[in-house]
Amino acid sequence: MTDPLALDPVLPVRERSERPWNLDLPHDERFAHFEAHVTAGGKIEATDWMPDEYRTAVLRFVEMHGNSELMGVLPEREWIMRAPTLRRKLALTAKVQDEAGHALLLYRVAEDLGKSREAIIEDLLAGKTKFHNVFHYPTHSWGDIGIIAWLVDAAAIVAQQALRDSSYAPYARTMQKICWEESVHIMHGRDVVVTLVNGTAGQRDMVQEALNRWWGPLMQMHGPRSDRAKDRDLHWRIKAKTSEELRQEFLAIYVPRIRELGLVIPDPELRYDEAAGEWRYTEPDWDELRTVVTNHGPRSEARLEFRRLNRDETRWVRETILAGSPAVAA
Amino acid sequence: MTDQHSGTLEPYEVFRQEKEGGPMIHGGNVLAPDPELAVHYARELFARRSESTRLWVVRRADVHVLDDPDLLDPPLDRSFKKPGGYVMRDKLAAARGRAGTAKPGARAASHDTTGRRTGKTG
Ligand SMILES: [Fe+2]
Ligand SMILES: [Fe+2]
Repeated sequence: MTDPLALDPVLPVRERSERPWNLDLPHDERFAHFEAHVTAGGKIEATDWMPDEYRTAVLRFVEMHGNSELMGVLPEREWIMRAPTLRRKLALTAKVQDEAGHALLLYRVAEDLGKSREAIIEDLLAGKTKFHNVFHYPTHSWGDIGIIAWLVDAAAIVAQQALRDSSYAPYARTMQKICWEESVHIMHGRDVVVTLVNGTAGQRDMVQEALNRWWGPLMQMHGPRSDRAKDRDLHWRIKAKTSEELRQEFLAIYVPRIRELGLVIPDPELRYDEAAGEWRYTEPDWDELRTVVTNHGPRSEARLEFRRLNRDETRWVRETILAGSPAVAA
Repeated sequence: MTDQHSGTLEPYEVFRQEKEGGPMIHGGNVLAPDPELAVHYARELFARRSESTRLWVVRRADVHVLDDPDLLDPPLDRSFKKPGGYVMRDKLAAARGRAGTAKPGARAASHDTTGRRTGKTG
């Protein structure tokens, strides 16, 4: 047989879809090929070889994201029975199901990276892994539910939209679906808020008080400014934007929409600096963020305890699924 | 129940069709002990908003993968296999010059790519 490589003309190697890090090469060479591909904007699939540094970083990131989706349903769940109308009850129930579904989709990504769902839940319940700060707080009124669905989900979608460019392709694809569902949540939340501001003085106050409560945690949510050069997740292009870029994006879109409703953002320093081209704000309370995400927030322990209880109560379901169903067989 | 539960969970890949006649697009995957539950999970995750008209649920182990670039993307110039591999604008102009004919109107029906502004070669 003719050696195809002996034929003319041959395209340069660069133009081919070769994935040299998958070849049987010394580790350093593989690593260099992998790093060059990823830092140039290339995508990685679950079946690709990847250095441990990358695998661990993606896993940690996706796991924290999945945990946040799973824990994030708890504050909203508390309001399903108290939703003011049937339509709101249905919408909130659907949102809670969506968020649980997001956790499932993300845990699937993490499982393919090598950590079992069992181990993920184990670590979450033992306090070894984290979930987002905003889900460690109590909810006080239906106004909180509007502000959570509108602004917490909005702050999240800003980050999630950027993750559609993640170098880890299974994660990026999952984010496509999640972002589509999140946009419904934001509409639901905004509709709740707009309805309340059009209501009685009491209902209006209820939203304003909710905004006052949530503004601090919202500003902390994306995390402190980080050094771009030292951020490993940025280096590997697991995420595409820094925390400050995400916060600026959130402020640019949502400050005008909040003010449009006559609501007052509880930060006297908040303003757009035309010259610098960015928003100025009171430095968020980073001590509060650290306290809360290490499970010392006002509802951290109660929410984890609820999950532990829930896990025990549903154990029989998992066991039945794995063992087959004796009830059906009998 | 016809399927034996094996006692282990396995990944199943889910493909969705958005509208009748459309392509099956990979949606994601689920973990299930058997095909029956895999289909139920797939329905909950990928079709609860009327966003799919059909789902294909395939055991990951049953998917045969070909991703060898030597076979899929051989290092040879294969532009002759693609419509964009034929650039004849100048030759056509020359032919019209020899025949003394005019260029047909832009709206003339065409099944090749000679009328297009950009023809990707390679
Ligand atoms: Fe979500
Ligand atoms: Fe959401």
